[in-house]
Amino acid sequence: MDILQLLVSGIANGCIYGLLALGFVLIYKASEAVNFAQGDMMMLGAFLGVTFINTSYADLPFLVGITLAALILGLFGYLLDRFVLRAIFGQPQFAMVILTIALGFLIRFVAGVIWGHDPTSLETPFIGLVWTVGELMIPVVDAVIIITTVALTAILYFFFARTRLGVAMQASSQNQMAAYYMGIPVKRINAIVWALSGVVAAIAGVMFAAKGAVEPSVGLLFGIKAFAAAVIGGLGSLPGALLGGLLVGIVEPFAGRYLPSGVGQIAPYVLMLLVLILRPGGLFAQISQKKV
Amino acid sequence: MSNRFKSRYDDDINLFEGRWHLAQYAILMALLLAAPWLLGTYYLGELTAVLVWSLAGLGLMLISGHTGQVSLGHAAFMAIGAFTNLALMLRGWHFIPALLASAVTSGIIGAIISRPILRMSGIYLAIATLALSIIIEDVAIIAEPITGGVAGVFAPPIALFGMEIDRYATPHAFYYLCLAVLVMVTLGYLNLLRSASGRSFLAVRDSEVSARALGVNVARAKTLSFSLSCAITGLAGALYAHLAQAVNYESFLVLISITLLLQVVIGGLGSVHGAFFGAIVVVLLPQLIAIARDFLDNAAGIKIAAYPGMDTALFALLILLMVIYEPRGLYGVWFKVRTWLQLFPLYRKGMFRRTRTYLKTERQR
Repeated sequence: MDILQLLVSGIANGCIYGLLALGFVLIYKASEAVNFAQGDMMMLGAFLGVTFINTSYADLPFLVGITLAALILGLFGYLLDRFVLRAIFGQPQFAMVILTIALGFLIRFVAGVIWGHDPTSLETPFIGLVWTVGELMIPVVDAVIIITTVALTAILYFFFARTRLGVAMQASSQNQMAAYYMGIPVKRINAIVWALSGVVAAIAGVMFAAKGAVEPSVGLLFGIKAFAAAVIGGLGSLPGALLGGLLVGIVEPFAGRYLPSGVGQIAPYVLMLLVLILRPGGLFAQISQKKV
Repeated sequence: MSNRFKSRYDDDINLFEGRWHLAQYAILMALLLAAPWLLGTYYLGELTAVLVWSLAGLGLMLISGHTGQVSLGHAAFMAIGAFTNLALMLRGWHFIPALLASAVTSGIIGAIISRPILRMSGIYLAIATLALSIIIEDVAIIAEPITGGVAGVFAPPIALFGMEIDRYATPHAFYYLCLAVLVMVTLGYLNLLRSASGRSFLAVRDSEVSARALGVNVARAKTLSFSLSCAITGLAGALYAHLAQAVNYESFLVLISITLLLQVVIGGLGSVHGAFFGAIVVVLLPQLIAIARDFLDNAAGIKIAAYPGMDTALFALLILLMVIYEPRGLYGVWFKVRTWLQLFPLYRKGMFRRTRTYLKTERQR
């Protein structure tokens, strides 16, 4: 029973990692760039959620608040691409890494100035509610997180596989020049992807704040862990991101419980290094060697 | 500008292009040697910090700037160098063998992990090294006999040539020590770059496929570059330990790794100058901000509230502008200014126009 209980909380945590990893994968899938500020965007989403929903701030209903947070962060992502990232359009991938790292620092600073550095929690309608199945206790928050994550992954998966826009996104990541020739508006596609990843980050952030407490510096390490999850799944695969997130989320509590202290915290990273060494492209590898 | 005609093959290889070039560096060297008399104790300490961070930047520059493999985890190797050096000195080793041992240890550990890690490229490599940096943080706590656990270790004074060198008691001597190490490493670095190995690094950076076609052993070049880079960074870590006087796991957080990479980028990737420029910015920017704040406060009466993390934010903003407007970093700016001066009335705006590249997927290598 103890193991099952750990498993439930691990899965719920893993789903938040998975949600954040989805944001990484979205951007990687569509523009082959990696957004190192994704964790900080999630933190921003969490704070927006807190601002709209908590009684001490705007005190809006939960669903209205989460929608507003998602819309605002989506707009933020769009504007970010339109006015900052487009300036380095066509530069090597490395420039994007540096740029988003710097953006992350800036977002963290601004959030610290606006919301302060005290950990804040979200007041959800289902706070403290627990379902009991036999001896197993499932907090309703965890159930909501799991359902949201699975639904979002499924929607995004079909979006990329089936819709015109999704296929256009994949095309523009594989070869920008060829995508242009095929009449795909690559720049606008990029902006839409960033908006989409902003929406996903906002949802992840709200879920994060519902389960734990948010403060400005939370984005960095959480983002790195989620990135580890995305890499374990093989960057570029949406189900892979979810699976990677779940693996990281499940490994963490078990390692913390059964391994000596100190070793437990680094378990996700060791797992990622092992995956990278054994399968350099991740579990759902999408890399193939080019013939010269 | 005096146009030099090359009449011997050596002209292409020589470290200095002619007397004027040599004279410039001789003047710089003389200024650096005279620095203890020109600067107060506090600024001498800052200058020493610039030297140490330049050394660390040089280490990262070798793998990231000259071999094209982005590493986000070099603070890990600074940690290995620092802890090796201090642990050996506390066990009675002399400073110089301990310093060499820290370079060798970092180099060997770098070589061991480079094989699996360098099979990845681009983003995968960056994230793997980032993970390494996080893992080392925890290892520094666990490996208590060497690292002193959470409390860390204190640096013993250095006995060298019959003198006792200590950062606070004899700042001049410590400054000269750092300067000597840095000059030796820089000369070695420049020599490496004009050797066959160094040129193979550049070939790997520009295109792995064509490097392989030209007969470069890509795996060997990457491993050599990574391990040398780790060795230099290890040296920097050892000197940093003596500069900071005490190190624990917190001295080498992931943030240090990231800052180190940003330092190299702001200085200018792929240029030896860049490592130095970047270090100057990283060390002196907080000072400049403090001075500017005091000035605004006293002279203009404008009070700027001291938000926590303002230094980092300004640094990040600087990086942001740099990546957008001048991807070659401060070295690029310096290069443009120099060209403008040399060509004085003839400089044209479009001389350094960047060519656009179009992104192609990395998933097919």
